[in-house]
Amino acid sequence: MLKLTIDGKTTEVPEGTTVLEAARMLNIQIPTLCHHPKLTPFGGCRMCIVEVKGVPRPLTSCTTPVSEGMEVTTSSPEIEDLRRTVLELILSDHPNDCMICEKAGDCTLQELAYFYGIKENRFAGERRVYEKRDGNPFIERDMEKCILCGRCVKVCDEVQGVEAIDFTYRGFKSKICPPFEKDLKCEFCGQCVAVCPTGALTGRMWALRGRQKDIKEVDTTCAYCGTGCNITLHVRANEVIRVTSKEDKWNEGWLCVKGRFGYTFINSPDRLTKPMIRIAPKLSANSYQLTANLFKEVSWDEALDYTAQRLKEIKGKHGPDAIAGLSSARCTTEENYLFQKFVRAGLGTNNIDHCARL
Amino acid sequence: MKANNTTIRVCMGTGGIAAGGAEVLNAFKKELNLAGIKANVEKNCSMHKVGCRGLCAKDVLVDVIINDEKTTYQFIKSDMVPRIIKEHIIGKTPVIDWVVGEDYHTFHEKQFKVVLSDCGTIDPEDIGAYIGVKGYEAAKKVLTSLKPEEVVETIKASGLRGRGGAGFPTGVKWEIAMKQDSKQKYLICNADEGDPGAFMDRSVIEGNPHAVIEGMIIGAYAIGADKGYVYIRAEYPLAVERLKKALSDARKNNFLGKKILGTKLNFDIKVKLGAGAFVCGEETALIASIEGQRGMPRAKPPFPVYHGLWGKPTVINNVETLANVPCIIRNGARWFASFGTEKSKGTKVFALTGKIKNSGLIEVPMGIPLREIIYDIGGGTESGKALKAVQTGGPSGGCIPADMLDTPVDFESLAKVGSIVGSGGMVVLDETNCMVNIAKYFLEFTQAESCGKCVPCRIGTKRLLEILGRITKGKGEKGDIELLEKLSRDIKAASLCGLGQTAPNPVLSTIKYFRHEYEAHLQGKCPAAVCKELLTYYVLEQFCKGCGACLRACPAGAITGEKKKPHFIDSEICIKCGACFDACKFKAVAKE
Repeated sequence: MLKLTIDGKTTEVPEGTTVLEAARMLNIQIPTLCHHPKLTPFGGCRMCIVEVKGVPRPLTSCTTPVSEGMEVTTSSPEIEDLRRTVLELILSDHPNDCMICEKAGDCTLQELAYFYGIKENRFAGERRVYEKRDGNPFIERDMEKCILCGRCVKVCDEVQGVEAIDFTYRGFKSKICPPFEKDLKCEFCGQCVAVCPTGALTGRMWALRGRQKDIKEVDTTCAYCGTGCNITLHVRANEVIRVTSKEDKWNEGWLCVKGRFGYTFINSPDRLTKPMIRIAPKLSANSYQLTANLFKEVSWDEALDYTAQRLKEIKGKHGPDAIAGLSSARCTTEENYLFQKFVRAGLGTNNIDHCARL
Repeated sequence: MKANNTTIRVCMGTGGIAAGGAEVLNAFKKELNLAGIKANVEKNCSMHKVGCRGLCAKDVLVDVIINDEKTTYQFIKSDMVPRIIKEHIIGKTPVIDWVVGEDYHTFHEKQFKVVLSDCGTIDPEDIGAYIGVKGYEAAKKVLTSLKPEEVVETIKASGLRGRGGAGFPTGVKWEIAMKQDSKQKYLICNADEGDPGAFMDRSVIEGNPHAVIEGMIIGAYAIGADKGYVYIRAEYPLAVERLKKALSDARKNNFLGKKILGTKLNFDIKVKLGAGAFVCGEETALIASIEGQRGMPRAKPPFPVYHGLWGKPTVINNVETLANVPCIIRNGARWFASFGTEKSKGTKVFALTGKIKNSGLIEVPMGIPLREIIYDIGGGTESGKALKAVQTGGPSGGCIPADMLDTPVDFESLAKVGSIVGSGGMVVLDETNCMVNIAKYFLEFTQAESCGKCVPCRIGTKRLLEILGRITKGKGEKGDIELLEKLSRDIKAASLCGLGQTAPNPVLSTIKYFRHEYEAHLQGKCPAAVCKELLTYYVLEQFCKGCGACLRACPAGAITGEKKKPHFIDSEICIKCGACFDACKFKAVAKE
């Protein structure tokens, strides 16, 4: 354990702890933009600079490991002045369009600008201008809003293992993009969107669907597979308009493309909401008939009775091996276990398989 | 008759080759064969190429040494070779017309060459030549008779400090690395020399690559590394070629590889080519680049000496630092420490460029007054115009004004006046240089070379450049100078790596010493008459002969006037291209 003092408060932390982590343990707030607790420290935004006694220049608390006896000051007129300059510089190269930005109200940059009261900008000058051009339906990239914090690059590399994007160019022209500046062509897991502190990366289907303040958050479990990631549905006017995941749950806030972007089925008119039994005879593939005329809506009891009766008939007439069961990855392990038990012990056949094996 | 012992040396550094060194060398070979020169001359005549000897401005330089009597020729072209052979080598009378002048000798007089002592005399591509000048003796001595601790002590006692710019004591760095408990350690030679106008490291590698390799062997033994890298710019093809040749020769002679010279030391060196990013000279960016990542620095601590390449203890030394090491081992720490000042020991190589008469590569003892470098070695300004300032340390350095020329050139003294030794660039500026424009020039470089990782450097330097830009365009606003100072200080304090922390230095030092020039710009005048937008061209009627040369040269039709009568420039139409100024033979066109 290493002893250190932050703003006069003394504490002990394990070796390898950064100054920022130690400060957060003590509930001392240090502003950050590029830092993400689950990703390797970057030290690029320079907002988290602190003074360390005996060190002539400010250090970034997110990258500096605690050493024995360290004395840290997290806020002083000099430090706050530097943070202000840094923030002003970032904002001097950032569109001033919070009123129509998808991220407004949930944006770290906006929040910091508010706390530092930045209205005028001493450093106003050229801004980067980029065309939006991705064709994918999931991720909207507005690179003019990018502050090059590198979180998206790191989550793609360190968590997802995809490495779809990286830093390119140098100096003011630095930019994060896929190889050769082509359109994004990845898994579209949207992890980058989840960690972006500004409006540079947003869900394309989230656009103009509602502000954060109007949203009711509903915590639930993703139904796409047996993994069971925790998800939070953002509901506005009884409609899911966005899905996120909380970092303190076991899946640590990480989601895949289905969990994050695959929610539009909920309000799809094609979605079955009640059991139905086919009433019309099967037609050839080419013929067309309205769904309403093919199926009849029934109660669960009716549907289950009907299924049981048909299974029995088939088994009686053709033997159990005439039946096969295919279970789904969207079920839990327990459900899958029960299903194979039902097929093997109940129906009496080993014709059981699972979609994940296909 | 006693046989004449003849040696011909042709300067073939990059400067020499560019001036036609290879053709000159071939011409000597061909002419000596063709001319059917007497056997006794031919037999004892050795010919070889040598690296840079500093005075590149006078290339191709050729030494003809007959029986230890050396004659040096300047500006030699291949078609001049037959006459040298006929009159000098056969006729024994030097061709006086082509012999170097007095300035060649004064250029060398005040220099003291340690690192460059063999550059320009030995063939860099011949390991035998290096061994002939006691090469690899230091490595032998270290490997066979000294403990690593003793090597570290010697380097510490010598007072050698890193020549890459920061001036960290080399012995201390080695000691920390030596004490790290790790099976794997690395030694990296930083040859990513990227400052505009600097070519010290290139010249050392081109002129004496084995000295660097020997320094690395000694360093590797001291810290316990078995792998080394030379990180060198791909833009230095000749240096890369000679380095690779030297490494291969060193391996053949068992100076590198397994069980070096029969001792337990295993050490080999890989060459890693940089892809042209200035920031890769910064050690953590350099490490990232070797690891195959984008060359972006990371925050220190932890320092590379604890956590470096692939997470292992790594020492990174500059080319010149390493080239000093064999000399220190051979001659002793006390010898080395006898040159220089109390805190800056030894010599330093500088690349002297700009408005200077003798531009080139020089090596001087630390602490030499800047005045001696400029006037005694450099011969003063090229044009004879008044000296205005000397920019040291490249884009990370600062300007030292003419009235401070007595400043000793060492780490502390230069830092005190707001500049740095840096890697060793030295750009001389005369009264025709606009200091705002100079600051802008360096900022253009650093802001384009920023890696983009941290905000103050990426956006801050861009904003500095924009403000400087508007000042030089006459669009500066009141308060701009103060804003420049404030932003510069914040960038220095808040940037992640050395690039950002030093990038504002040219701005701060020019404001410090030449504030009046900034103020003049704000009032619409460029005192040095450099900034185009602030210039006004006009005709001095008393000198104008009415020849019409300016009128014909003007592409904008801004000049009117009758023949043999004074002409007139309409400043409303004038695009300030300067064509009239260049065209006038009577100095009747003026600008201010």
